[in-house]
Amino acid sequence: MNRTEGRVKVTGLATYAAEYPVENVAYAFAVQAQIAKGRVRRVDAAPALELPGVLAVLSCEAAPRLAEDADPELALFQSREVAYRGQIVAAVVADSHEIARDAAAHVRVEYDADDHDVRLSSDHPGLYQPEVVNPNFPSDTEKGDVEAGLSAAATTVDVTYETPVLHNNPMEPHAALACWDTEGRLLVYDTAQGTSGSRALIAGTLGLPEEQVRVVSRHVGGGFGSKGTTRPQAILAALASRMVGRPVKIALTRQQMFDVTGYRTPTIQRLRLGADAEGRLTAVEHLAYEQSSTLVEFAEQTTVPTRVMYGTPALRTGHRLVRLDVATPSWMRAPGECPGMYALESAMDELACAAGLDPVELRIRNDPETEPDSGLPFSSRNLVGCLREGAHRFGWEHRDPRPGIRREGEWLIGTGVASSTYPARRSPCKAVATMRDGDVLIQVAAADIGTGARTVLRKIAAGTLGMDPERVHVELGDSDLPQAPVAGGSMGTASWGTAVVRACEDLRRDGKEGRADTTDEVKADAELARHAFGAQFAEVRVSAVTGEIRVSRLLGVFAAGHIVDATLARSQFLGGMTMGMGMALMEETVTDEEFGGFLHRDLAQYHVPACADAQHVEAYWLEEQDGELNPMGSKGIGEIGIVGTAAAIGNAVHHATGHRFRELPITPAKILMARF
Amino acid sequence: MRPFEYARAASTAEAVRDFGPGTMYLGGGTNLVDLMRLGVAEPERLVDVSRLPLDTIEPAGDRVRVGATVRNTDLAADPLIRSRYPMLARAVLTGASGQVRNVATVAGNLLQRTRCTYFQDVTRPCNKRRPGSGCPAIAGDHAGLAILGSSDACVATHPSDMAVALAALDAQVHVTGPGGDRIVPMPGLHRLPGEEPERDTVLSPGDLITAVELPPPPPGASLYRKVRERASFAFALVSIAAVLDVGRDGTVAGCRIALGGVAHVPWRAERAEQALIGGPATGEAFLQAAEAELEQARPLPRNAYKVPLARNLIVATLEELAP
Repeated sequence: MNRTEGRVKVTGLATYAAEYPVENVAYAFAVQAQIAKGRVRRVDAAPALELPGVLAVLSCEAAPRLAEDADPELALFQSREVAYRGQIVAAVVADSHEIARDAAAHVRVEYDADDHDVRLSSDHPGLYQPEVVNPNFPSDTEKGDVEAGLSAAATTVDVTYETPVLHNNPMEPHAALACWDTEGRLLVYDTAQGTSGSRALIAGTLGLPEEQVRVVSRHVGGGFGSKGTTRPQAILAALASRMVGRPVKIALTRQQMFDVTGYRTPTIQRLRLGADAEGRLTAVEHLAYEQSSTLVEFAEQTTVPTRVMYGTPALRTGHRLVRLDVATPSWMRAPGECPGMYALESAMDELACAAGLDPVELRIRNDPETEPDSGLPFSSRNLVGCLREGAHRFGWEHRDPRPGIRREGEWLIGTGVASSTYPARRSPCKAVATMRDGDVLIQVAAADIGTGARTVLRKIAAGTLGMDPERVHVELGDSDLPQAPVAGGSMGTASWGTAVVRACEDLRRDGKEGRADTTDEVKADAELARHAFGAQFAEVRVSAVTGEIRVSRLLGVFAAGHIVDATLARSQFLGGMTMGMGMALMEETVTDEEFGGFLHRDLAQYHVPACADAQHVEAYWLEEQDGELNPMGSKGIGEIGIVGTAAAIGNAVHHATGHRFRELPITPAKILMARF
Repeated sequence: MRPFEYARAASTAEAVRDFGPGTMYLGGGTNLVDLMRLGVAEPERLVDVSRLPLDTIEPAGDRVRVGATVRNTDLAADPLIRSRYPMLARAVLTGASGQVRNVATVAGNLLQRTRCTYFQDVTRPCNKRRPGSGCPAIAGDHAGLAILGSSDACVATHPSDMAVALAALDAQVHVTGPGGDRIVPMPGLHRLPGEEPERDTVLSPGDLITAVELPPPPPGASLYRKVRERASFAFALVSIAAVLDVGRDGTVAGCRIALGGVAHVPWRAERAEQALIGGPATGEAFLQAAEAELEQARPLPRNAYKVPLARNLIVATLEELAP
């Protein structure tokens, strides 16, 4: 079955947020703070307003009031305070994008600057323990006696890893088009991973009843979390449109995306592991240091995957947060699991090396019966199966564990392994299925952010109805449709699919129309540990001359319930693994300690893997029968592909070079300076 | 972007004649248009020279003349270039992406500006963009910047790959301008930052590059190698264009070495060349030559890796070229 919207996408006919043709449209361009902390003293808009084609300048000196309790990242122009460099402090509205951009440079903003602090460290005096970490986990957990477990251990490791600021960089920039009608109703074409939630957030920010707002996002050019919650462009378009009485369009530049659309917090993670002579864990401690802004407490759940992974009599996890003069971190593919599993799975490799055990075997020996932290039974858990299948496919049994001994010319060669995990959740969702002339229309406010949601939902509906998928049509990406949760947390298909199945079942009874609301069904789910698992294997070649690192093979095996569509699933896994390769070897946003804000704010400087980097990437899966998930028996797959990849590659670099690099990304510069 | 006038020149003479204050020549635009969007370049007037009849590659005796508006893709694919100057074709192909090379011109490639992050951000100081405003890269983000020939005012690097190969080939740049026609040798087109980092080249206002002339290829084997964090579409951390001619007696008869990613100019490693010529073509000699060159390096904390990288690259490349 081909991707439903494949043809309109490749022919350029798919309409994205900034592309809707609207008459009399005006354009907005943001003016950003040039200090990292302080206050706006004065805004002189006159030089901008004098330019032909300029309609208005919004700022803290000229803007409509927003709701008192608006998210501070969305409460544009409501205060003179500047919380970070790059924050939106004003905006120009003009007849064209080019005029608006030029005029933005003519808005004179004067500041009273304070000293700023943008540097995360593990001894920062401002570190504190947040009450909860995202989305609602306890910050710290403790079970058993970690110190006793470590002292009793035959082998211990005590290691610290660092990950940098990372940015999502979807291809489609954050863009919005806002139109108010004469009744005071607002229509926003936004680039959003969910229109229902986006409508609620936009309405709440503007102080409007939800029914007066409609959000449409029919096509979204990637999000990875950065479009999971409403970003400032939607609010700015709405405010500007209200101010000038015309529809207003805005598309952030790539540089602006780095500043105001969120990022993955940098982390410093300390791991202490102990194992007995047989390689069974005696203690695990995982502590993460991370940052948030002064505006909002965003506490990444970095050590939460350690509560899921391995059996141990003593387990302590925790998070420490410091509020800096930086933008608020936000969602990035597998928040928590991705950075946390990088550190845990690197430390497990170090433990295997220290104990003289095969790293696959070490993981198998510590596979728990029940979820280590909660004690809950797993709905299904096939980590061991993934490790064994992956080891077989990769040819792991021939591996010589000694590091730094394989060389072809100038190239040092090594292999590494790491585990993956991601929760399998679902949320309440509504859907409607309507039969007309033998065709079925499915309506649900789901989002297709490039994953193939339309295609998958058609397939799920056709399967439930026993129909040809060609006669099933799916309408999504519109908040006027039945309410649905966000395309995030790898729970889109599980949530929407449940509602689609129930609506189709209702349609079979009724013959004309079926409706579903899965709130009660989801609430009635048994209390179980539900997670997908995987194993990733990497082969790297490291040049002893140049320090260049090339991933010659990357192989993942995943156990993620029933795979609904093999083609789409393979793309998701490969995409996640390739993004993990970027995290391992090249992605890094540099924080500017002198001036605040970020450096490397474009794709020429913030490197993601090119096609030439993805030489040989393979993804496989084990079909799982798990009746405790949803009617499809599926687990989400949008994020697990990125989890563990960086550790597998880092472990392979150690195996190749004999040197352990504990700060990502692992670059030629670091290889060369290690002088191994 | 600031409003600007656009005119298309019908001839080189007209382009030069129409050049006035605030004018810039436009080639493929792959760098200039980006800089205009960012507010780094603010021309009042663009004279489009990309369609001047300077788009041919022609043999001229034992030399080859490459027109200024030849697209990078066409240069790299040209049979004459591939057969006689494979190092140049390879250098061009390591630059940018296929899409960019389809548009980028030879002259524009030579005149592209540094990708230093501070230079490209008008909200931060930069001596190259705003003389006298300071260089935050020296204390800040300089991981990709210069280790050779830098000054206290600027540590920017020239980003071109093609220019590195041209510097090794002793190419000659044909220039026309208000002062008439002249030839600028490579290396020599680009200048070190000194006290005037805003000046990338020795060209004067109104000067227009019309062609690059390649002398007969030097004897020996040649190679271009580029080191970068990802396999494609990235500027060089360090790159090398090298030609090595070893006589029957095992001594170095001729040697050309140019480095990219290390300086404000495509850096001709003359000290290394002089150390090698007449001596043995051995790994030990290559290492000594590389170290002689890099004695002048002034690395900063975050680009110190470029010193061992350049050293290793010189040695490994010469070893590959040695018979």
